[in-house]
Amino acid sequence: MFEFIIIMLVKIAVVFGALLLTVAYLTWLERKVIGDIQVRLGPMRVGYHGLLQPIADGLKLLFKEDIIPAEADRTVYLLAPLVAIIPALISFAVIPFGSQVKILGRTIDLYITDVNIGILFIFAVASLGVYGIVLAGWSSNNKYSLLGAMRSSAQMISYELSMGLSIVGVLMMAQSLSLVQIVKAQSVVWFILLQPVGFLIYLICAVAETNRAPFDLPEAETELVAGFHVEYSSMKFALFFLAEYANIVTVSALATTLFLGGWQGPLLPPVAWFLLKVFAFIFLFVWLRATLPRFRYDQLMGFGWKVLLPVSLANILVTGLIMAWR
Amino acid sequence: MSPPFTINDLWAISPEMVLTTAAIILLILDFLLPPGRRAVVGYTGLLGIGATFAALGASAGVRAEAFSGMYLSDPFTLFFKTIFLLIAALIILISLNYLSVEGVDQGEYYALVLFATVGMMIMAASGDLLSLYIGLETMSLSIYVLAGFLRKDRRSNEAALKYLLMGAFSSGILLYGMTLLYGLSGSTNLKAISRTLAAQDLHNPALTLAMILLAAGFGFKIATVPFHMYLPDAYEGAPTSVTAFMSVGPKAAGFAVLLRVFLLAIPSLQGSWVQLFYVLSVLTMTVGNVVAIAQKNIKRMLAYSSIAHVGYLLIGLVAGSPLGISAILLYLLVYILMNVGAFAMVILLCRQGLRGDQIEDFSGLAQKSPLAAATMLIFLLSLAGIPPTGGFVAKFYVFGAAIKAGYVLLAVIAVVNTAISLFYYMRVAMVMYMREEPSPITALSPSRPLHWALAIAILGILIIGVYPGPFLGWAWVSLTGLL
Amino acid sequence: MELGLFIVLALVAMASAIAVIIQRNPVYSALYLILTFLSLAGLYLQLQAQFIAAIQVIVYAGAIMVLFLFVIMLLDLRKEEQRAVKGGYQLLIGLLLAAILLGELGLVFGGGVLKGVPGEFSPEKVSALGNTQVVGRLLFTDFLLPFELTSVILLVAIVGAIVLAKRRLD
Repeated sequence: MFEFIIIMLVKIAVVFGALLLTVAYLTWLERKVIGDIQVRLGPMRVGYHGLLQPIADGLKLLFKEDIIPAEADRTVYLLAPLVAIIPALISFAVIPFGSQVKILGRTIDLYITDVNIGILFIFAVASLGVYGIVLAGWSSNNKYSLLGAMRSSAQMISYELSMGLSIVGVLMMAQSLSLVQIVKAQSVVWFILLQPVGFLIYLICAVAETNRAPFDLPEAETELVAGFHVEYSSMKFALFFLAEYANIVTVSALATTLFLGGWQGPLLPPVAWFLLKVFAFIFLFVWLRATLPRFRYDQLMGFGWKVLLPVSLANILVTGLIMAWR
Repeated sequence: MSPPFTINDLWAISPEMVLTTAAIILLILDFLLPPGRRAVVGYTGLLGIGATFAALGASAGVRAEAFSGMYLSDPFTLFFKTIFLLIAALIILISLNYLSVEGVDQGEYYALVLFATVGMMIMAASGDLLSLYIGLETMSLSIYVLAGFLRKDRRSNEAALKYLLMGAFSSGILLYGMTLLYGLSGSTNLKAISRTLAAQDLHNPALTLAMILLAAGFGFKIATVPFHMYLPDAYEGAPTSVTAFMSVGPKAAGFAVLLRVFLLAIPSLQGSWVQLFYVLSVLTMTVGNVVAIAQKNIKRMLAYSSIAHVGYLLIGLVAGSPLGISAILLYLLVYILMNVGAFAMVILLCRQGLRGDQIEDFSGLAQKSPLAAATMLIFLLSLAGIPPTGGFVAKFYVFGAAIKAGYVLLAVIAVVNTAISLFYYMRVAMVMYMREEPSPITALSPSRPLHWALAIAILGILIIGVYPGPFLGWAWVSLTGLL
Repeated sequence: MELGLFIVLALVAMASAIAVIIQRNPVYSALYLILTFLSLAGLYLQLQAQFIAAIQVIVYAGAIMVLFLFVIMLLDLRKEEQRAVKGGYQLLIGLLLAAILLGELGLVFGGGVLKGVPGEFSPEKVSALGNTQVVGRLLFTDFLLPFELTSVILLVAIVGAIVLAKRRLD
């Protein structure tokens, strides 16, 4: 029992640390990649090629003055960043990043926990993440914040549906909701080949769910100043920032697990494969941001309800028919 | 693994399937038709009801428990489904012209009426608390919307909101009772509950509590007295055709499930629930009749009168004998005809510039249209229970069943109540015949379908009143499988 | 350990449920309702009903309450908060009746007389068969009819919402 707890704590610490570090360096990666796409250099001053930039940014945010608007709803205003960050970090509890390793004669599973409803756990936690944004927007008592929050709640609810439906095909084929089992079911062929439509829908919805360009309406700087977090400063702002990037890592890891065979791959060790695939997705996210213009609000809603939802339902139907026919 | 359902199961639910399909067709049709031609949707709805009736006839032979006991196809179901279809048809007939008078000529109205009817049919056919509850919600949800159909009318909004809030509240109470029953018996199937409880100690306070909660939950739906507060406001504000629907549909369906649950699932508790319904019955008819006297608005008056009728209906349940239960069924049939008829008369008075829902609005009707006044008089006589109308026959059998079962005092109270009710019914008659029309206004609403509905109602009441034998026989046969 | 967790979850559920109704500010009420749902999900987890717990969070806490908040945020809350609770005697009668009901319920449950009949699916059996599998199989066999009927309810709800909310152009 004691040994179990120690192993668990170490695993949690490692995953947590790695996640936070990844998130911090994602900001660097994003600036560098966008800089490259726009034919400029990006951060260069702090450290070699700006490598220490995230640390400098973090320190800056920590020491900035923390402002709470006078007319804000204090309790909710303080609560919102926490509500945003906690679900973002907690999802990683069920994501498997490798099969098993032997350390000091003990076999250790490379995931924190494998629950039989793993995928539902992630969806449940992710569905709570919305509240961070909604509450932040409302409690700031600022019309831009509120508009951002309204947009975001409508958007996330709409795309959550299609996202949930897009992976049903995968679940039907894997015959399990456990992420470990889903990865194991892909040992022969990855689900991206069997579920191309599902993958595409998942990808679109994932971008929308993380409020990233071209679906970044909740914080559209040109229309809403900065959307739901206009009034936030200092570390509270940093928490929103962290949550957004942590969410990117989560959806990328989930895409890897569901569609790209998770940790599985030839030659390289499993963890390396996993990280490689996740980073490929993250790169895609950045690439999208640098390339695509923002959607208009009605286009966003129309696309979500009139295109994505029917297509994902049709995908389930076709998958079911094929499975029944075989 | 056995298949979840067989072709026989599908046969059993074919009426519901046909009616649901019809409702969906109406929705599509409404979308395709140009505005102003919405009456076509209503007529198509009547066709759909006809088709459902045909399906009902075709599936009548299928006597089965379908879908693992969820759904019962027996004579009791058949009786109630028939009267639900009758209700739906009458409501569509009286709405066809009325909707354009009120300026809400929308096809969704008819679809919602059909959906509500589907819900009622499922309620009557449920052999399980789950399907019962889902049928109930389908019905209620449709009617919440119908009650608020006059969107620009604040009273209609109020009616819908009150009905919705009380409906949600009563659903909560009902569900609490159901969960207790489920916890005590380990099943939601009515017959299985009855079997388990038969083997149990009945002096369980939790069981009594479950029974009381169920009675309260159903009490809201059929509006027995402590649970009737919302009813007059809801009836007054809703569009009159919807009021007619609310006053008969949910009540008939509520009685169907009340009888099913109390007679099929918890007959072992009859000793206690008879006392409960005794008190409810006396309270309901007395309060309904006494408060009805003071009403100036005819819709409110009919609301209280319908509360009083629920009190009479409960007498049959207190009697508990096959005679009493079959008398309830007969009473429901008559009640539907006369109540829809009375509301149809209110609609007849409603025309441009006059709502027609005050009792005063009936002034001088006898001069303007003797036929209309005579029709209304027959409905009023039937509601009061005067021979040779159906209302008399219905009351006669219900009170008779009570006396036979030894509840003489209850029958006496009911007769006294009937005398009280004469007072307010006859006041409307007096206004029609003795008062002058205040100022000559436009002619009565000329609507062919409305006349049809009135004709059906009046013929039904008179036929049952003069020759009740076959109808009573039908009600009697419908009890097989229930008792 | 298990009992302790149950007590904590139950207390949180009840306290937040009470907070829902006594809070003046509707946004706070909604937040407390979310807390109630989350603690209910915790209780489901204790019953080995992981699937139901996850659905509880996804559907109620994650989707329905977001829409609730969406609507509440469109209201003018200052006006709502200033609106005093009317009718002192109504409140008094309500409290009295609630107290009586609570007493009755206490009588029923406090004596420990509630001995239900355990159903077919014990926690052990459910964990052996797989939680989601059991729910799925039951939904498509024994409870097929009510399950399919819910689609009619949903259709009615959609039609109703559009009828009541849509502005007609004609």
